[in-house]
Amino acid sequence: MTGVANSTRASAPALMPRPAAIVVNGLLAGLAVVALFPLLWMLSVSFMAPGASSVYPPQLLPHEPTLDNYRELFARVGVGRYLANSLLVAVAATALSLFFNVTAGYAFAKLRFAGRDRIFRLMLGALVIPGQVAMVPLFLLLKQLGLVNSYGGVIVPAMASIFGIFLVRQYALSIPDDLLEAARIDGASEWRIFAMVVVPLLKPIVVTLAVFTLLGTWNDFMWPLIVLTDKELYTLPVALAGLSREHVQDNELMMAGSVLTILPVLVVFLVLQRYYIQGLMTGGVKG
Amino acid sequence: MAARPRRIGAVKARGAGWWFAAPALCVIAVFFVLPVLAALAMSLTDFDIYALADLSALRIVGLRNYAELLQRPLFWQALGNTLYFVAAGVPLSLALSLGAALLLNSRFARLQPFFRTALFAPVVTTVVAVAVIWRYLLGTRYGVLNYALGALGIPEIDWLGDPRFAMPAIILFAVWKNFGYNMIILLAGLQKIPGDLYEAARIDGASAFAQFRFVTLPMLTPILTIVGILTVAGYFQLFAEPYVMTQGGPLQSTVSVLYFMYEEGFKWWNLGNASAVAFLLFLLIFAVTLVQMRVARRAPGWQ
Repeated sequence: MTGVANSTRASAPALMPRPAAIVVNGLLAGLAVVALFPLLWMLSVSFMAPGASSVYPPQLLPHEPTLDNYRELFARVGVGRYLANSLLVAVAATALSLFFNVTAGYAFAKLRFAGRDRIFRLMLGALVIPGQVAMVPLFLLLKQLGLVNSYGGVIVPAMASIFGIFLVRQYALSIPDDLLEAARIDGASEWRIFAMVVVPLLKPIVVTLAVFTLLGTWNDFMWPLIVLTDKELYTLPVALAGLSREHVQDNELMMAGSVLTILPVLVVFLVLQRYYIQGLMTGGVKG
Repeated sequence: MAARPRRIGAVKARGAGWWFAAPALCVIAVFFVLPVLAALAMSLTDFDIYALADLSALRIVGLRNYAELLQRPLFWQALGNTLYFVAAGVPLSLALSLGAALLLNSRFARLQPFFRTALFAPVVTTVVAVAVIWRYLLGTRYGVLNYALGALGIPEIDWLGDPRFAMPAIILFAVWKNFGYNMIILLAGLQKIPGDLYEAARIDGASAFAQFRFVTLPMLTPILTIVGILTVAGYFQLFAEPYVMTQGGPLQSTVSVLYFMYEEGFKWWNLGNASAVAFLLFLLIFAVTLVQMRVARRAPGWQ
């Protein structure tokens, strides 16, 4: 590698690349340590016995690794319930939002209807409005609909998003019109064309959108905190925030709780990161 | 001949277009547009816990909520804290994102996929969970950060208990959590810069710094502008970090505007007031965005 760099850099002194390579890779390694250390520390402490992490100097690895913290979380704290709540809310919101955003994104890219371009411009403008502006009236609206303190209260507002529609539209613009025309001439209905022709072509962006929505709803905090009042319905982040206020001294228990919250999203990201990063790079820039 | 079926297709598609777009548009209209408009209306009322029980208790008070907010020290404190967080956090975050992107894009960098994933990992984690981790890392007695600083001869710092250090601690945390996001976008921008521009600069004898200053930076200006605008808007929405790490303390040094709105609205149920806070935050973000666009348009490299 340095050899190649050496030969292409004609104007640089011959000795330059080596120190440069050391500096670049050293800095990258340093950044990687900073980025990963808190996560590895969390994992390690979650296997420590209660109190074992509150020592000086700090211990990096458990002396006698134990699963007690996880047992305690499931048996006494009831974290299984929160895990199930989070999973249900995230999967339901993702499935619904895929249907709503993909159909609309396709329509804005490839179908003509009255006011299409004006509505699209308005939606892009509305991207600058932070979601929190809507929260107070949204709470009252959901209260009227009987959705406060229910899974529906978390899922329903997440069913469609301007960003999701935008992401799908940008991708769907590349579908050739001739393909759709050919299917129409064959007498296929619009829904059939959507299901048989469009969706298979949109598969990569559908996966991207699914990962974005899944991670977004799983990690979301402020809205579930507002709309869920009953402990039985808490999602993991809301439950964890509450627990961390009650159990300030129980480092090891809280780290096990953090592992359970973070690990699922980290695994989904690692498996599907190609789609996630591609979505970030193409769809532009909002998550 | 060929035009005929085409037109039939277009007509069919015209009707179908609405059916495809309508479900999502209805959701956005009912659960986003309507509440935003309602927030403006509510901010002109004295909507509180009594009105929550019985709407006839509701009165229109004009701009009184806004006038009262501007007289409350805690609101100004929350505003000041948030501006501090944005003014220090965004430049730090962007600088680190750009630095990391340049390193990843360097032709000396090895193991790029690993480093890219590692630096990006904090972005996908749950804010609440990593904030809990950091609360312990920042601990005064047993915290790893103080231990590391101690090795450098720096005395113990009560990161989350000292009003001077609580906000810097939250800024450090936020930068750690977020820099990977912009890093990926800037990396994509760097990879799109044509190699012959650097080649030409090198032939002209430009140093590495000159290449960065006169090729990389101008070529990145449009993307830096967008990234800057979105990051500022995001950092203005500070909430979960103080909620988990400091509960707004110590001495309210980490109460953010959204934290204030949350307590006002959903702890004390002053929903009219909370709506006014939310609207002021929106106006602030909007104004800052406009200023950023103005500034960016004057910078070199903007098409």
